[in-house]
Amino acid sequence: MRTPLYDWHVAHGARIVDFAGWDMPIQYSTIIEEHHTVRKHAGLFDISHMGRLWFEGPDAVEPLQSVITNDVKTMKLGQVRYSLVCNEKGGILDDVLVYRFDQAWMMVVNASNREKIVGWLESHRKLKNLLIEDMTRKRGMIAIQGPAALRLSTELAKAKSWPVPDLAAMKYYFSVLFASAGTTSPVIVSRTGYTGEDGFEIIVENSNLVELCDQVLSLAKRLGIAATPCGLGARDTLRLEAGMPLYGHELSEEIDPFQAELAWAVKMEKGPFIGREALHTRQQDATLPHRVGLEIEGKRIAREGASLLSQGKPVGRVCSGTFSPTLEKAIAMAYVQCDFTAPGTQLEVDIRGKTATARVMPLPFYTRKKT
Amino acid sequence: MVDPKTLRYAATHEWARVEGDTCTIGISKFAVDQLTDLIYVELPDVGDNVFAGETFGEIESVKAVGELYSPVNGEVTGVNEKIVNDPSILSADPYDKGWMIKIKMEPGSKVDHLLTYEQYEKQIASEQH
Repeated sequence: MRTPLYDWHVAHGARIVDFAGWDMPIQYSTIIEEHHTVRKHAGLFDISHMGRLWFEGPDAVEPLQSVITNDVKTMKLGQVRYSLVCNEKGGILDDVLVYRFDQAWMMVVNASNREKIVGWLESHRKLKNLLIEDMTRKRGMIAIQGPAALRLSTELAKAKSWPVPDLAAMKYYFSVLFASAGTTSPVIVSRTGYTGEDGFEIIVENSNLVELCDQVLSLAKRLGIAATPCGLGARDTLRLEAGMPLYGHELSEEIDPFQAELAWAVKMEKGPFIGREALHTRQQDATLPHRVGLEIEGKRIAREGASLLSQGKPVGRVCSGTFSPTLEKAIAMAYVQCDFTAPGTQLEVDIRGKTATARVMPLPFYTRKKT
Repeated sequence: MVDPKTLRYAATHEWARVEGDTCTIGISKFAVDQLTDLIYVELPDVGDNVFAGETFGEIESVKAVGELYSPVNGEVTGVNEKIVNDPSILSADPYDKGWMIKIKMEPGSKVDHLLTYEQYEKQIASEQH
């Protein structure tokens, strides 16, 4: 599958890879350059491959509330909440963002889990009067991320005469939905992101995507902002530095939210939801490994699957690893037995037969400066 | 300045330059450009033996680890420590300053089985589809 920006990516020099069945740009220049661009200026990402599910109808709340771990009922209009969707065993089916609009909801899901989640929602709608629409193929999504994202997005909104309030005043994890001249479906702008920087994610219908991206880059040029398109390679190094989990690595159906250190996204007291009973038990289980951050000594990268040892005994496994361009060292996230999760704990990581020291670090590795 | 046209190439993107019984090995510009984001190069020690078709080291980029293959049998007589500490030297000049190892070839060793520059160019052209 291709997003409406595929030709645009190729024209901008992107190297294309398959990601969850989508032909996506992994990099346009180099991963490290694109990473630094986001941390210092602004990067433009095509995230149209992610699933966008739309819910409408008087009965939307109850089914939503029953399938996610976080609480939708306490969400304000325009608010965006991170949540897990769990199965009956408490295993994570996906991590999602839920948006609350006026008489409607949206869920943004991982590309790799879109069909699974659509099926899950369909089978758990409890025969309610509810419209579930998968709008992924009709509307695309981009992200503008970095310290200059606010200025760039503000100018973009001005240039397009979007009826949005001052973006500077928009709170983090809030959104605005509006009709815009030249589009048949509403535009959604949210102050969200997957990089650890300030930024905005924008949903527009397919026919407007190319023009939107061209406009972002030409505006950036005019404003003297060194913004460039950025690919999935940089997206991964950025989210890892920010300690953010990636489904299929830190999250899977074999892992529960408490192990993943995502207890803040689980509201046990909100009432019944799928997986709640199992999660109650798992929360008390001290034999389950937990997610930690690691700094690796030396230059070699500890990649997914690498074994972690304490005095020769296996105590865990790496789920994501890379070279951190910001910290200039190899970092990783891993699941380790509870006795070894304290920051400062020294372990060995087996990298293709040779061990290196791995030190447990608190997450995130990187936090942006508050301005 | 080393002229890439005078070198021989392995299908696995290493280049070889023979002077007497010494063979100098590196990787091609194509390989460097494919990898991008070089983090680390692991090379053998002086005195180690290398074997034709077998790995002598690794090159690590953000995305992946690649193995380095020796085209000949022999003993390592030189290792370019500079690129181990700073892979950007390799990226900037893969055929000259970015050399990796020097091998004293086993007597009777040849590099005729390796690709010529023209043959290698053809191979990478077809790989880019």
